[in-house]
Amino acid sequence: MRVVIAEDLALLREGIIQLLTLNDFEVVEAVDNGPDLLRALLEHRPDVAVVDVRLPPTFTDEGLQAVARARRELPGLPVLVLSQHVEHLYARELLSDHRGGIGYLLKDRVFEVSEFVDAVRRVAAGGTAMDTSVVAQLLARNETRGTVEALTAREREVLGLMAEGRSNAAIARQMNIAEKSVSKHTNNIFGKLGLAQSCDDNRRVLAVLAHLNL
Amino acid sequence: MTPTRLRQRVRAELCPWLVEGLVAARRGLALAFLSQLGAVPLLALSVASFGVTPVGLGVLTLPIALLAVRGFADMHRRFLREWWGVRVPRPYRPDPVDDFEPLDVPSSIRYYRRLVTDPATWRDLLWLLIDAPLGLVLGLLPAWLIIYGIHGVVATPFFWPYMEEFYGYGLTWPVHSRPMAVLAFVQGVGILFLGFWSGKRLLRTYTRVTRRLLAPTAKDDLSRRVVELTETRSAAVDAQAAELRRIERDLHDGAQARLVAVGIKLGLAEQLLGRDPEVARRLLVEARQAGAQALAELRDLVRGIHPPVLAERGLEGAVRALALDLPIPVRVDVDLPGRAQAPVESAGYFAVAEALANVAKHSGATSAWVRVGYAGERLTMVVGDDGAGGAVAREGGGLDGLRRRLAPFDGTLEVDSPVGGPTTVRMELPCVL
Repeated sequence: MRVVIAEDLALLREGIIQLLTLNDFEVVEAVDNGPDLLRALLEHRPDVAVVDVRLPPTFTDEGLQAVARARRELPGLPVLVLSQHVEHLYARELLSDHRGGIGYLLKDRVFEVSEFVDAVRRVAAGGTAMDTSVVAQLLARNETRGTVEALTAREREVLGLMAEGRSNAAIARQMNIAEKSVSKHTNNIFGKLGLAQSCDDNRRVLAVLAHLNL
Repeated sequence: MTPTRLRQRVRAELCPWLVEGLVAARRGLALAFLSQLGAVPLLALSVASFGVTPVGLGVLTLPIALLAVRGFADMHRRFLREWWGVRVPRPYRPDPVDDFEPLDVPSSIRYYRRLVTDPATWRDLLWLLIDAPLGLVLGLLPAWLIIYGIHGVVATPFFWPYMEEFYGYGLTWPVHSRPMAVLAFVQGVGILFLGFWSGKRLLRTYTRVTRRLLAPTAKDDLSRRVVELTETRSAAVDAQAAELRRIERDLHDGAQARLVAVGIKLGLAEQLLGRDPEVARRLLVEARQAGAQALAELRDLVRGIHPPVLAERGLEGAVRALALDLPIPVRVDVDLPGRAQAPVESAGYFAVAEALANVAKHSGATSAWVRVGYAGERLTMVVGDDGAGGAVAREGGGLDGLRRRLAPFDGTLEVDSPVGGPTTVRMELPCVL
């Protein structure tokens, strides 16, 4: 799988390249600034890009801007955005085109190598990978607003994992339960929240996130 | 211009003009009344108190009289703000009023001395002396002109035949023929116009004269400013030192300690790799977890020093991000022509963050709003909610802390929070965008 990487700190850039190469990704280009990123994305049209939010020359949200522009040119271009901090605001902007193929994770998540690689693959396949902390905050907010009142604690846990973008199989693994019970939970959740079931994992994530008012 | 357009135009411009004239006349009347019912007796009481000081009685009455004078002057300062938008600070030396007990001899003597040595007291008395006649004349004039003008327009042309022998209007004395009545009418129109036209101007003249005396002198202003700057500077220095100490402690006990632990675990794992791979693997997992925790702690620390979203998106983006973090819906309106200097931006951000945190913690509100704007070289941030209200800037409380945070930037905080709500907190920071 062909990857473009954008990270300005050399140490981290090398680390991510190493991590992905060892996991059978082909790093076609690794850049360290916003303008180069945009060019690389449009030129290589990679299967997935791993992008840091803050990049030179402005050291603001250069990375996000390049991603937004590239996705306007190439709708649905899969991008996993990494950052030292996650903002609900950025998550909302990244998902605003409803196309999927978006990941938004804390840089810490690279510590869990297999989970991280899994997230990159999921995004490359057009799925979603939303950071646990964004989802946790989202759920907390919805609890105070009473939008998830009807759900049991177990169902809320499943809802959280769904919002992160995981498939039923992955949720079952994470929670140590049978995949069948996961689909029972998801059926209940969709029924209680009045959402239309969808076989498409990606559509499911977007529906859940929309309901949680990301 | 077509007749309809003309009529519209006249209506659009005439009505506000008339209203403005009437408002000015009403304010003038209020000033005139106040000058006679307030300034004259207060002046008399003060002078009399000085007069009877040798007999001893003045010691008791003068503080009361002078404090009443201050109250009266404060009322006029409020007028200045409400009518003209001019903020006139109180010129008095700071002294605790709470220890004053009316008619108590030691307290009165203490107060007597304090009051007569304050130059602002003498300026107040001079102001009363000027206000007594000036307020009467300038205050009554517009109202009188309007009333006399109406008299000339309405009464004279119709009722002159029924008036007594020696009746006249304006310059026409006496009026006892139709042409003369017409002349009176014309004068009436002129006087009426003058009444409306002069109201605001006379009021402004009055203000210009009295404002100087009500405000602190340039020298007072400067020394007050020096005191203020000294206070806020030392508070800012203290706060900064405390902040640095906190950061140092957080780093020392948090991330630094965790990184040491990571190093130890990695070293051990390296040693055990050949002998006991299972234990080595467990140590590696622990090292990874400790590393993740160190990162999380550093992230929280950074957020407290300078939130990354503020660096990346400026005040607008950062306030929007804050609003999204709140459990209740928050409407955000930001209208800024540019980015403020980093320290001002940061102070503004933390002020809004604190205000919103208060909303979430104490107000019990179901929704809130934030408005950020820039006008008159001031960055204005208003945070409002529909909660229970009753918020006060208590010493040492959250709102007081907010005020102290804004003070080094000459920022201000105003809280409007009646019991039962709603609450608005208005924060302003002078700056150039």
